[in-house]
Amino acid sequence: MNFAFTPEEAAFRKEVAEFLEKEAPPEYRESRVTFFDMSSHEDWIETHRKIAEKLGERGWISMHWPREYGGQDASPFYRLILREELSRYHSPGYDSIGAGIVAPALLLKGNEEQKKQHLPGIAQGKVMWCETLSEPGHGSDLASIEVFAREEANCFVVNGQKTWTTNAHFADWNALIVRTDREVTPKYRGLTFFLLDMKTPGITVNPVINMAGHHEFNEVFFDDVRIPKENMVGGLNKGWYLVMSLLDYERTTDTVYAVASTYIEDLAEYARENNLLNPLMRNRLAQLTADCEVARMLHYRVTWMQGKGIVPNHESAMSKMYSFELLQRVSEFGMQLLGQYSQLAEGSARVPMYGRIPSCYLRSFGYSLEQGTSEIDRDVIAQRGLDLPRLR
Amino acid sequence: MDFALNEQQEMMQTLARDFLGSEYPDKVLREMVDDEKGYTPEFWRKMSEMNLMGLSIPEEYGGVGDFLDLTVVLEEMGRVGFLSPFFSTVVLGASAIIEAGSDEQKQKYLPGISGGKLIFTLALTEPSARYTADAVTAKAALQESDYVINGIKLFVPDAHVSDYVICVARTDEAVNPQDGITLFIVDTNTPGVRCKLLKTIAGDKQCEVTFDNVRISGKDVLGEVDKGWSCVEKIMAKAAVARCAEMVGGAQQVLNMTLEYAKDRVAFGHPIGAFQSIQHRCADMLIDVDGSRFVTYQAAWRINEGLPAAREVAIAKAWVSRALQRVVNSSHQIHGTIGFTEDHILHLYTKRARSHELSFGDADYHLERLVSQSL
Ligand SMILES: Cc1cc2nc3c(=O)[nH]c(=O)nc-3n(C[C@H](O)[C@H](O)[C@H](O)COP(=O)(O)OP(=O)(O)OC[C@H]3O[C@@H](n4cnc5c(N)ncnc54)[C@H](O)[C@@H]3O)c2cc1C
Repeated sequence: MNFAFTPEEAAFRKEVAEFLEKEAPPEYRESRVTFFDMSSHEDWIETHRKIAEKLGERGWISMHWPREYGGQDASPFYRLILREELSRYHSPGYDSIGAGIVAPALLLKGNEEQKKQHLPGIAQGKVMWCETLSEPGHGSDLASIEVFAREEANCFVVNGQKTWTTNAHFADWNALIVRTDREVTPKYRGLTFFLLDMKTPGITVNPVINMAGHHEFNEVFFDDVRIPKENMVGGLNKGWYLVMSLLDYERTTDTVYAVASTYIEDLAEYARENNLLNPLMRNRLAQLTADCEVARMLHYRVTWMQGKGIVPNHESAMSKMYSFELLQRVSEFGMQLLGQYSQLAEGSARVPMYGRIPSCYLRSFGYSLEQGTSEIDRDVIAQRGLDLPRLR
Repeated sequence: MDFALNEQQEMMQTLARDFLGSEYPDKVLREMVDDEKGYTPEFWRKMSEMNLMGLSIPEEYGGVGDFLDLTVVLEEMGRVGFLSPFFSTVVLGASAIIEAGSDEQKQKYLPGISGGKLIFTLALTEPSARYTADAVTAKAALQESDYVINGIKLFVPDAHVSDYVICVARTDEAVNPQDGITLFIVDTNTPGVRCKLLKTIAGDKQCEVTFDNVRISGKDVLGEVDKGWSCVEKIMAKAAVARCAEMVGGAQQVLNMTLEYAKDRVAFGHPIGAFQSIQHRCADMLIDVDGSRFVTYQAAWRINEGLPAAREVAIAKAWVSRALQRVVNSSHQIHGTIGFTEDHILHLYTKRARSHELSFGDADYHLERLVSQSL
């Protein structure tokens, strides 16, 4: 056993921190925005792109990829360190969909042309991605999705409505799952995965405002959208396997505990400055700090497995669910700490911390839903991890 | 024991439910959340035609019914997320005047309140945002027969639309912070009274009210000079329970919409309500809703009967505040992402649950009161 980072990893962390000390946007640091409510800053897309390109120039987004695709064969702990530091500096710059989900899926299942076409843009921080799985009628039960792609001579033609697509309003490309066979049972055998250029005619993106009042995700309508056949990944009607690995990457990409940890520190500082540390608040703060350490361990275990070439499965569901629910508890604690002031919204007279606390709190209702709900995670842990029997 | 409503209470419940059900659909709630006033004079007139503002005011001043009737109506208001200066006027303003007012003051204000002509509120908390007596620092200094008030009151509900604010101020720097507090009836048009509407997440209307050398006649002292805190405590007890009643209504409504969704929404070939993890959450929600209702009505009943109620009030406000948080949390989880959007109505209940918990003492505050009473 060894719980330390290597000297090289520690040096990398220092380098990233020095970079962010200069480059992390000061207003983001000051307002203590978290990774999950960056969209509360109006200029965040431009800010994100600017920083992403600088990370790309340094080769930091792709350090853990194979050399032949622009990586340095580094351990996945480099990705983790980068994201921990970005969290600590309240900085945007990491496209958790493109770099976090699409890239590893392409490395695994993409063909040579697809890798050559798409990986450099992601590594350089220049191309942003969104991911479209959910539909109004089907979220957890992805095998039932209905949006259909009709096969023609050299393309597939998509019609229908998807929803909850994060970042669709500015993404350049989309990782899309649609139905290509309506007859087959089980239904999951009729799904196909495509890479879709968001400039393709026939795509309409409508904003959906979340309960924190922010525009983060969208409805996406497809009206005879033509996708060239070469944009299919993993084979016709083989999309399910990609969806499953996408979800596995999704569950391991965000260092949620790092967001929680930064948030806990910010709240502790606020509490100290404002004399709010009574025994009750101290106790809650300490409990959250301990919880956060457990979340960190759960995530480090997954990263360690990935570095060893072991495919994490229920382990990533454990890590993701525990840290997201922890972040909900931290957000709740922020509200309790601020008391009456916690209900003041951004822009109000007398609002503390730019209204960040209620904004984080309201955003936190999504944490046990996005990337698969906590119910589904618990099923995965119980059934795949513990081998408990299933009813179905 | 009788856990059922009596005939009069049932009548009030039906009246309020029918009225609000038809006149206060979600669309109106959304409008009122965004509206600066938070109500329309036209709606206020309709309420007054039903004599709602007379609830719990003695008949001789144009009132009707008792505190339990008021509790029943507030539960119905909570169900639809009702916003208006009703609570401030009837629960805070009228209670204070009934509690501490002279005959002359009662004659002057109560018929106006019950008749829907006057809007009142209570200015208690300050930037320290605490509900304890030592937090009252706004000063009222005696000058001849007048008082001059200086200070800032924060989180004052509906002050921006009120005709009168009952201001809790310090008239003496006593050793015991509960002494030396006096209540004043302040006309909001008096020079030096300034009001700023705060922006809250729930869109309920709360204000910062500044008193800058506000000169008040000695006639407008409410109750005894320096002895106002016991009156504040009584208003606080009623307000906390009344707020619980609104929370019970909110919790019930959230449970109802959740059950409907759980039966309707299909995943993996079943209504999601068939999954055990969803059923267990719903079962817990029912305990939270019924439990909330019972502790609330027990406290309301004790207040109505004139029995000591400090313990029951603390239990109600502490428990219901937390229970409602659990209910909305479960509801969000069961609704999936549709409930996470502004398009769905649920978020307004969630946000209001927050402001309701915070008003008149949050769960931590009431648990502390409870434990210090019983130790
Ligand atoms: C902030 C945010 C960002 C998102 N971004 C994206 C995105 O970029 N792309 C995308 O495609 N989607 C995205 N989503 C959608 C998200 O993945 C889905 O909403 C989620 O999978 C749940 O689907 P649903 O909302 O349809 O809920 P449903 O699947 O209808 O579930 C409703 C409730 O039933 C429960 N349930 C369902 N099945 C079972 C079962 N078998 N056993 C027990 N309980 C069950 C669920 O856990 C939930 O509590 C995002 C969601 C959020 C909140």
